[in-house]
Amino acid sequence: MITDLLGAGMVETLFPNGISRYAIGGLLVGLGTVVIYLGTGITAGASTFLESTLSYVSNRSRFKQYRASRDWRVVFTLSIIAGAGVYALIYQGGTWVTEVAPWRLFLGGIFVGVGTRIGKGCTSGHGICGVGSVSRTSLVGVATFLVVAIITANIVAAFGVTP
Amino acid sequence: MSRHPLFMPLIIIGGLVFGFGLGFSHMARPEVVIDFLTFEDFGLLFVMFGGSIVAGLAFWTLSSTGGSAPLTGRPYTRRLKSFDKNVLLGGSVFGVGWGLSGICPGAAYASLGVGNWPILYALAGMFVGAYLQGVWRSEPAADAAAVPSDD
Repeated sequence: MITDLLGAGMVETLFPNGISRYAIGGLLVGLGTVVIYLGTGITAGASTFLESTLSYVSNRSRFKQYRASRDWRVVFTLSIIAGAGVYALIYQGGTWVTEVAPWRLFLGGIFVGVGTRIGKGCTSGHGICGVGSVSRTSLVGVATFLVVAIITANIVAAFGVTP
Repeated sequence: MSRHPLFMPLIIIGGLVFGFGLGFSHMARPEVVIDFLTFEDFGLLFVMFGGSIVAGLAFWTLSSTGGSAPLTGRPYTRRLKSFDKNVLLGGSVFGVGWGLSGICPGAAYASLGVGNWPILYALAGMFVGAYLQGVWRSEPAADAAAVPSDD
């Protein structure tokens, strides 16, 4: 149906790898969130783990506030790693390693660590749970990081940094 | 503070499905995110919309019943956070990091699971960043009283 509306060439241009992997993956990400919500009422985001885990080694008040949830957030993160590992075993046939330069990962990671915590959420907290809740704060948050990320990625690409 | 015996098993099941989905969606690969942000492949829209629609259906249905969760007794609510300038400031800083690295926290955990060991650079950076903002934003008086020699 989408093909009829846009024409076959357009779909291949916009989605060179098809849409099924993205749609199925997205539904599963949502399902994982729902499983936890059904049993616990918790709308789990991924980035709180960074601060809650720091509470094991620091007594700063910012981190201490997450002490009550820090153990299950460690379990949640380890389970995410394991779940992706199961995917890799079944579909990937071995490991996959990025070619994005380490300095981009590290420097970008620092910005992600600062920004997600100041901005009250990340791609899962704002993007999945917040958008799913039609939270105005999260919709604004997602629009902000999406626009800035698009600008940043295009600037980096314009400087010829690949990948 | 005793938890229901099924609390952790449920977190594990949810995390496994969540991580499997991130692997399946290819969002655990920074290259795919960078291709999305530079308009090479718009597929990631389906990850975010697919995920938020599924989550949204559950949030709306259950929160409208006024019930509470069986394992915690927590009332079913939506995820509503207050808006202030931090949402714009933090969102912008996160955007710079996401655009530069092609990775966000959940996808980084999943990336480790698919064997992408260099993502440890990104995870190390995320902890450094989270620590820095925590130091800036913690209350100095309370910290000094609690632990004089914290760092």
